[in-house]
Amino acid sequence: MTGPTHDDVSGVRRAPRASVAETSEGAQELATRTRTPPAELRREAGAVLRIPEGGVVDTGDIDLERPTDETMIINMGPQHPSTHGVLRLMLELDGETVLRTKPVIGYLHTGMEKTAEELTYVQGGTNVTRMDYLSPLSNELVFSMATEALLGVELPPRSTWIRMLMAELQRISSHLMWMATNGMDLGSTSMMIYGFREREMILAFFEKTTGLRMNHNYIRPGGVAADLPDGWEDDVDVICETILRRTYEYDELLTGQPIFRERMEGVGSISAEEAIALSVTGPILRSTGVPWDLRRSMPYLEYDKLDFDVIVGTFGDNFDRYAIRLNEIRESIKLVRQIAERMPPGDYRVQDRKVTPPPRARIDESMEALIHHFKIFTEGFRVPEGEVYVAIESPRGEIGCYLVSDGTSKPYRLHIRGPSFVNLQAVPALLRGGLIADAVAIISSVDPVMGEVDR
Amino acid sequence: MGLLSDIREDLKFFGGFKLTFEHLTRPRVTRQYPEEKKPKQPRQHGRHVLSRYEDGMEKCIGCELCAGVCPADCIYVRGLDNPPDHPVSPGERYGYVYEINYLRCIHCDLCVEACPTEAITESKLFEFSFTNRADAIYTKAELLVGSDGRPQKLPWEDWRDGDDLHTSGWMRATAPNGSAAYEGEVQWSGELGYGVRPPEGGQSGRRDDAATGTLALREVLEAHLLDEDIPLAHRGMRGRLWRAQLSAARNRRKMAQARERFKDLRAARTRDRREPRQVRP
Ligand code: SF4
Ligand code: SF4
Repeated sequence: MTGPTHDDVSGVRRAPRASVAETSEGAQELATRTRTPPAELRREAGAVLRIPEGGVVDTGDIDLERPTDETMIINMGPQHPSTHGVLRLMLELDGETVLRTKPVIGYLHTGMEKTAEELTYVQGGTNVTRMDYLSPLSNELVFSMATEALLGVELPPRSTWIRMLMAELQRISSHLMWMATNGMDLGSTSMMIYGFREREMILAFFEKTTGLRMNHNYIRPGGVAADLPDGWEDDVDVICETILRRTYEYDELLTGQPIFRERMEGVGSISAEEAIALSVTGPILRSTGVPWDLRRSMPYLEYDKLDFDVIVGTFGDNFDRYAIRLNEIRESIKLVRQIAERMPPGDYRVQDRKVTPPPRARIDESMEALIHHFKIFTEGFRVPEGEVYVAIESPRGEIGCYLVSDGTSKPYRLHIRGPSFVNLQAVPALLRGGLIADAVAIISSVDPVMGEVDR
Repeated sequence: MGLLSDIREDLKFFGGFKLTFEHLTRPRVTRQYPEEKKPKQPRQHGRHVLSRYEDGMEKCIGCELCAGVCPADCIYVRGLDNPPDHPVSPGERYGYVYEINYLRCIHCDLCVEACPTEAITESKLFEFSFTNRADAIYTKAELLVGSDGRPQKLPWEDWRDGDDLHTSGWMRATAPNGSAAYEGEVQWSGELGYGVRPPEGGQSGRRDDAATGTLALREVLEAHLLDEDIPLAHRGMRGRLWRAQLSAARNRRKMAQARERFKDLRAARTRDRREPRQVRP
């Protein structure tokens, strides 16, 4: 049998690799230049799919003729400590310069979208919350909002404001986590400790409110699971006060540091056109100067009643992404303070007995309440037929939920548009032409959460 | 001008060191786990318990609602008619078989919310480390509270003082079904050993943190706070002294335990020496 042979650089004929190439593993590999047609090479090198050729990427500077023996293809991950989970990258290097990159995903695939079809809308929150595990409440929020859009229920104001409070705290905690891991990727272990220290305060508040530190299942279709705990005003106050002050310490530690700036400025830059062509959202898009924040551009919940700034950058490089996240922490603190001040009293779940279980006191008194209670917890509630797409701004960008209902109490199809997944497409464009030493910093600045990429 | 501003830029390099040195005087935020643990909040989800009424009857009526709602499919319940001469529960039926598989449980506590009789509730214990799969499946024998109403403490569970006090906090927090009118109202039956537990105040304004066990973040995470927010007695030199005393006490306790163990060991060894092991004929 004569199959395609492995690159015959040394003239030695190796065993045919047809068997590997035909498998899915073969398709994942970054092929050597000799085995890649020019069109494919251009695409991989440019990594921009929807820009017409000659548009933004200058295809002329893609070196198609480079002999294979000058470059090296290496594999990074999936068990690499700095790829933030199980991301695998195949890199073509010329010395220390990255020429082409191919992210390979799927190592954390758990079939959550399929599982969602097996769970009722009551149970569904426990599943979707596990996708982006660094901001579980955003997942719950988008799932709940999609379900409510199909149900057509009107939420009581308190539940909306509690949702905003939790979502903003979640944004702070997610960005703090990013500050910590980004610091660690650049060798600043102090930043790692500080970031986790501040995040702990928010997690402690979540623990007090939802009973869990992550994967809360707190925001549910129809409202939130429980009211804010006793003394939440003071807790939120102390969180805001402490973290705001600490962000100025980060300034001292990182923002003003000559070494840190050397490593961040001008590294991994991307233009606004490229970013938009790649459907990138979140801090990466904003770092290129596009003021696209769904809280402002397509306001949901009550964000249009609040006063905050959308932070944008100029150069689209690592440093801008850092600065955006740091300043978004401050903006979120501003938001949290406003929300806490204006928190309305009243019900925090929609008072529709088809969606919300009856109060415990009613179960013993009324047969009808008991029946509703049983129905909601076994069969769930029926959602009218239809499909809907709802998008919100998660700390990583636009998280969207596409939900199709066939009229039963379980989704017919659930799809999450994960910002990490889409943003990951920008990695080849960001890495191209950079140094391998910067690769780790760039991946970190994209902030992918693999749980959401693979779902 | 150019030179000066350059130098100023370079001096920023030392800002980080300044911050690091400042941390030498701040209290430590880490804890000596597992000797010392973070206090637990009443709503926290932990290992489940099956509770009893104040008269000792079991609350579970074997309705399987908890098994039905569990998204992880980890509860197995079988109900049985109550024997007429000595009923186990006040209802018609009781939970005859009750099992939770803790290898699957995700501690979402939907079962706790679903149970119509507040039978299955959550304790605050989350540190249980079994060494085989059989131990991970808790049956009714392990889940049911003892005759004093306290959760059973299994050998592989790390119970501390207070862990068993605020059981069923999540059930109470989620009981009002989102209606502000029911907040601060008792909507549950009493538990053996604890009586009728107090509700969280919520919007009713009848707040009693001492009774519900709710802790302010300021108490839980004192070391995380800004300097001026830390109580005077725990700040600066006095704080160091206070912490040193705490850790000294902890060390003394540890030493005493080690001494006890050593004594036992030595006693066992001398016993062995005196009575040579019997060789079986
Ligand atoms: S806590 Fe959740 S996963 Fe665990 S037994 Fe209860 S319903 Fe099932
Ligand atoms: S624990 Fe509660 S929900 Fe589960 S079977 Fe017993 S009574 Fe029913």
